[in-house]
Amino acid sequence: MSQLHRLSSGGLIDRAKPLSFKFDGKTYQGFAGDTLASALLANDVQLVARSFKYHRPRGILTAGSEEPNALVELRQGARREPNVRATTAELYDGLIAQSQNRWPSLYFDFGAVNSLLSPFFAAGFYYKTFMWPTAFWEKVYEPLIRRAAGLGKPPVGDDPDTYEKAFAHCDLLVIGAGPAGLAAALAAGRSGARVILADEGPMLGGRLLSDRRIIGNQSGPDWVKATEAELASLPNVRIMPRTTIFGIYDHGVYGALERVNDHVATPPAHEPRQRAYRIYAKRAVLAAGAIERPHVFGNNDRPGVMLGLAMRSYINRYAVVPTKRVAIFTSSDEGYATAHDLIAAGASVQAIIDTRADATISAPNDIPHFKGARILRVLGNKQVQGVEIELKDGAIRILDCDGVAMSNGWNPAVHLTCHLGGRPVWDDKTNAFLPGNVPAGLSVAGAAQGHFGLKETLADGLRLGASIVDELGFKASGITTPDTDPESLAHTPLWRVKTSKGKCFVDFQHDVTDTDIELANREGFRSVEHMKRYTTLGMATDQGKTANISGLAILGEASGRKMAEVGTTIFRPPYTPVALGALAGHHVHKGFRPTRLTPSHQWAEEQGAVFMETGLWLRAQYFPKTKNESWLDAMIREVEITRSKVGVCDVSTLGKINLQGKDVGTFLDRVYTGTFSTLPVGKVRYGLMMREDGFVQDDGTTSRLSDNHWLMTTTTAGAGKVMAHLEFCHQVLWPELDIAFTSVTEQWAQYSIAGPHSRDVLIKLVDPQHGISNEAFPYMACGAITICNGIPARLFRISFSGEMAYEIGVSNRYGDALIRAIMDAGKEFGITPYGLEALSTMRIEKGHVAGSELNGQTTPRDLGLIKIVSQKKDCIGKHMSERPAMLAPDRPILVGLKPKNPKSKLTGGAHFLDKGAKPSLENDLGHMMSVAYSPMLKSWIGLGIVKRGRERIGETIRAVDFVRGTEFEVEICDPVFFDPEGVRIRG
Amino acid sequence: MHYSVFSIISQAFKGQKDWKPVWRYPDPKAEYEILIIGGGGHGLSTAYYLAKNHGYTNIAVIEKNYLGSGSVGRNTTIVRSNYQEPGNIPFYEHSLKLWEGLEQDFNYNAMMSQRGVLNLYHSDSQRDDYARRGNAMMMHGVRADLLNREQVRDVVPFLDFDNARFPIHGGLMQWRGGTARHDAVAWGFARGADSRGVDILQNTEAKQIRVENGKVTGVETSRGFIKAKKVGIVAAGNTTRIAETAGLRLPIESYVLQAFVSEAIKPLIPCVVTFGAGHFYISQSDKGGLVFGASLDYYTSYAARGNLPGVEDTIEEAMAIMPSISRVKLLRHWGGIMDMSMDGSPIIDKTGIDGLYINCGWCYGGFKATPASGYCFAHLLATGESHPVATALKLNRFETGYVIDEAGTGAQPNLH
Amino acid sequence: MRIPCPFCGPRDSQEFSFLGQAGLKRPDPNAPDAQMQFHDYVHIRDNKAGVTQELWLHANGCRSWIVVTRNTLTHEITGSEFASPQVKEAAQ
Repeated sequence: MSQLHRLSSGGLIDRAKPLSFKFDGKTYQGFAGDTLASALLANDVQLVARSFKYHRPRGILTAGSEEPNALVELRQGARREPNVRATTAELYDGLIAQSQNRWPSLYFDFGAVNSLLSPFFAAGFYYKTFMWPTAFWEKVYEPLIRRAAGLGKPPVGDDPDTYEKAFAHCDLLVIGAGPAGLAAALAAGRSGARVILADEGPMLGGRLLSDRRIIGNQSGPDWVKATEAELASLPNVRIMPRTTIFGIYDHGVYGALERVNDHVATPPAHEPRQRAYRIYAKRAVLAAGAIERPHVFGNNDRPGVMLGLAMRSYINRYAVVPTKRVAIFTSSDEGYATAHDLIAAGASVQAIIDTRADATISAPNDIPHFKGARILRVLGNKQVQGVEIELKDGAIRILDCDGVAMSNGWNPAVHLTCHLGGRPVWDDKTNAFLPGNVPAGLSVAGAAQGHFGLKETLADGLRLGASIVDELGFKASGITTPDTDPESLAHTPLWRVKTSKGKCFVDFQHDVTDTDIELANREGFRSVEHMKRYTTLGMATDQGKTANISGLAILGEASGRKMAEVGTTIFRPPYTPVALGALAGHHVHKGFRPTRLTPSHQWAEEQGAVFMETGLWLRAQYFPKTKNESWLDAMIREVEITRSKVGVCDVSTLGKINLQGKDVGTFLDRVYTGTFSTLPVGKVRYGLMMREDGFVQDDGTTSRLSDNHWLMTTTTAGAGKVMAHLEFCHQVLWPELDIAFTSVTEQWAQYSIAGPHSRDVLIKLVDPQHGISNEAFPYMACGAITICNGIPARLFRISFSGEMAYEIGVSNRYGDALIRAIMDAGKEFGITPYGLEALSTMRIEKGHVAGSELNGQTTPRDLGLIKIVSQKKDCIGKHMSERPAMLAPDRPILVGLKPKNPKSKLTGGAHFLDKGAKPSLENDLGHMMSVAYSPMLKSWIGLGIVKRGRERIGETIRAVDFVRGTEFEVEICDPVFFDPEGVRIRG
Repeated sequence: MHYSVFSIISQAFKGQKDWKPVWRYPDPKAEYEILIIGGGGHGLSTAYYLAKNHGYTNIAVIEKNYLGSGSVGRNTTIVRSNYQEPGNIPFYEHSLKLWEGLEQDFNYNAMMSQRGVLNLYHSDSQRDDYARRGNAMMMHGVRADLLNREQVRDVVPFLDFDNARFPIHGGLMQWRGGTARHDAVAWGFARGADSRGVDILQNTEAKQIRVENGKVTGVETSRGFIKAKKVGIVAAGNTTRIAETAGLRLPIESYVLQAFVSEAIKPLIPCVVTFGAGHFYISQSDKGGLVFGASLDYYTSYAARGNLPGVEDTIEEAMAIMPSISRVKLLRHWGGIMDMSMDGSPIIDKTGIDGLYINCGWCYGGFKATPASGYCFAHLLATGESHPVATALKLNRFETGYVIDEAGTGAQPNLH
Repeated sequence: MRIPCPFCGPRDSQEFSFLGQAGLKRPDPNAPDAQMQFHDYVHIRDNKAGVTQELWLHANGCRSWIVVTRNTLTHEITGSEFASPQVKEAAQ
């Protein structure tokens, strides 16, 4: 029969729902309400894992999220998840789990040979060795170490599940739904305040589910049920089970992880597996309870050694007797509760070994009771087979048992109180680190505050819940603390059994022993942080929840310091590990960042355009005529048609800023290098903008649409930055100016129509009352017009291509219609759409600067644009652009570059060297910024910066591209390659 | 105590009982020739090289906390010299060369692992930018390889090559880059300095630099006044707080940079990988944890902890290049204080005060610079002259305009 | 972190962008030592550990530049107001 360790009655499991699951290929049975750990124990599976360094056999130490040992891989295939704690994994039908970090099997693991070598593998051994010979580290030692370490295998392939992010707001967040948390939520909830009660487990109740206690006249679980029912009836209370508050952040922001569907095989359709919350809470109560401390003694890591409360939890909550002949090892009266529960469950308590000689509590029945005694070591390897104990008088005894239950007092779960820099403070009375300076808005209740008694805990929760909502303006009432059954809490921790035999583990998962800590101290690693880092204590997946405090105590003992002097390391978020997928939510794959589409996108797609990312935008790169047309051929065709006939390009991505007010001209004079206040209505001017540090930040055109109405364009990439910059200039620097502006980038669809036939195309669209002849609407003219029978539009006679060109803007919703109308109108003239490649080629042919030149490292002077920096006025960046370095004669300056052989394919990022010069930073003349194949020149051309470039026009230098393995001779030339007189542009 | 095969074996048989403390806990002397403020990686390496290269023995390092308690013990451990600007390249390359011989030099295994640093690019223009950088490195003889998409796939096949928002086009690889065990670097330098007679004064806080007639005379500390002929500030995020006590104002702001580590898993990521369509870097430690980070939290701060938006942004970037790690769990995240300079590059220089020297502005890049920073600062302190590889790292470059702005983001520290 | 925007109320810091020290005065471009003053204005900061006044932009909100009083040691925020006196006045 299966489940030999399952009790026939009792517990909070549902015997009507049997579940089947697999561990390491073998099938077992459990019940709904089980965790993987409780179900394994019900089936007497004690060996479940191997440790990190020594590959020691490990079992189940705890019944909660503090578990250091029982880590498994859960699920299979793309859903496989490493390092899952069996103690918190809820059982579901068909669950599949595998042990990890072992080869070839869990039972027989070759890695255990490390245990034999352990005399070498003391803490920090690797810092002293593996240095000889030098080359061996990457080739031999490191691969070996990496393979041996690492616990679970990385997941493979795409995660089929989804994750969500969510936000929640409340007056009071209660963290933990044990007795203190339930009481706090109840007191606050009854007042009408918005309360969120979160607990990491699937059931509310915390420790009340594990212990046999009485509250009022109800059993613990019944009290929980009644309280939960009342909370659920309050519309202002939100109960969030399976939700871990993993971190506290500034100003009452709490990070939470809800495991929405971890307890089923696969999430139902449209539901996420997990959901990460930011909870904004005015106040919070931390009621996270406490974690029981293990003892440190010989072979205390053997399967079958368990914390006392964990053992009670398996018995009372899961109706499982983990082991049937148990030795109780205790420094606390809690150990006797474990003995009682074991007996009640029909198990045998072989002895109570109480480290306190002066313990006053008596043992149940006639159980052997050794006071002032200690366990020296556990016998057995893959399962406890007995213990060797030292009695008070020094006598040594061997005791038969198959399990050990340890109770060594409590470590309050103060972790969250440290997330904003709080330091726990040692308290001699409770023998515990208690919350120190806690984050603003947070209060601590119950065991987390060192109040370990049940009545005290309930009182804490009620009092805090009530007083907090009172402070928030609600009225708490009807709060009385119920009576509880008597309990006995005395304890005197024993930090380690010094006379132990065998390895005494402090940090189970990382295999850190007491002697490792002593060694660290001996070598001078006396600060807790040094000790932690040297030994790796507390750095495993459990963050040392069961280990840290014992480690500190042993360090204190070794260095002759008290606990308070030793202090603690800092607990960091998250409280328990959080899946990266949950924190990314929907921001994965194509959803990583939004995708911005231009108004002509759908039309361009229909044309078979190839798109490319430019920032968040997708823009047409080129429009291949046939499937096989290369980008280069397409670009050449698009340029040739545009320059000989007419082309159209979507330029809606350029930033557009609508400025109004009587001081816009003055404002523009201050932010642009040039003068704009003199710009007549109906005209456009090119503008260059510097940062205050004197480097160019952006360029574009600004049009004056009326006296007090202007429109600025920015580069695509610079749109957001320029907007913030202008707002800074206005709101912070010159708030007295009468201006207002707003971004209208998304509101306007804008197309550039360029080429000798551009006006011919346009005339067909523009309503006849608007004259657009060359005289009526010359180069750099602008104005509001209507097109296609009354649709409002704006027309700008500006050109990036060097051709006669217009940009026409309409309300975004007409964007799609307009591109189709332009193409129709242009058909008779042989119009082509052109993409970014052609756009870029034409601007390089014209020597216009763009993104690669406006790289934040160039000044107007570097770009040959000093002529548009007005010398008559100040502007942003003016003074800093005149620092000595910027005026230095050998500063690289923009020039054009033509290869000696027109077929030489120039490359962006190549550097320049003089002929015969050896590569060196001193000889480096500059670099190639932009390149293109020029259909007009039938040659590759480039723009770049070259030291003293303007003085060297006509000279030949080398463009060297080491990383692509090319080198070409290039001639330095003027950056304007095509139509230098600008005849074409004026039409 | 020298570490050798012999000492390791003999201690294994003696139960590790005879290892000696790696450093002393001395009391401060009344006076030192040189006093270093800051017992982090750079301060300790400065002391080490002052002792080793320049023969100084009467020097001390004061550290307000435990040694190595600052950024040297909380960074993402990346070591590289793949810089673009001529002011930076020789310095970082010098540093990488020192890294390559460091362990034998200080007889301590800092687990320097030259596993490669791969910068992914996601567009043609970014490819050209990376080519520019790679070629700048090659100008100085620093090897860089421009990989195409398939070559990247050979190295890191588990990245998202098919469904990424910003497709991977290729990468710039520096094979000599890699990682090192951060704490061990501090400990190795501390041990090396201590054994050469340097006093490392832990839990000793600098309160006030004393200046008389334009000349430094010493430092008021939490353990009393300590006289010194020369004082070097190597206080990273706290630089301006210390400098202020001598009346110095600097082009530095302090920000929090978060770092992250996942639970340990078996080997997955063979090298350091960075994401080009954001600002993200990841590697895997020898213990198995994925170690990663991204941009600063964008506000000035002296609190060594970050906030959730930074956490989420970072992890979104992680998932953007390798969505398969969605089920790997974040184990811990923490923050360190970065001394962000106005151009994103460091400062190693004299100040206007006689005898007072500064070493700061390390921004994101302090760890990889640890050896050369100490090497060059020691040279400056000992000789009064900038080391030849650090001549560009001047304090007055903001005045003169000779800024070293790798990213071209200007005098806005949180954008570097 | 939550930033109290004087226009929108408390909002997650993710909606804001941070510039730096508030209260720096752009120098008079015509001053004889203007270049030195500009150098100071552009590059030198107090970088105070403690209570500072700093400029934030509510970029994903009302797009106000605001001056936030914040402690850089603890992140505690004790006040915020519009950077522009004109806006401040209008808001009142």
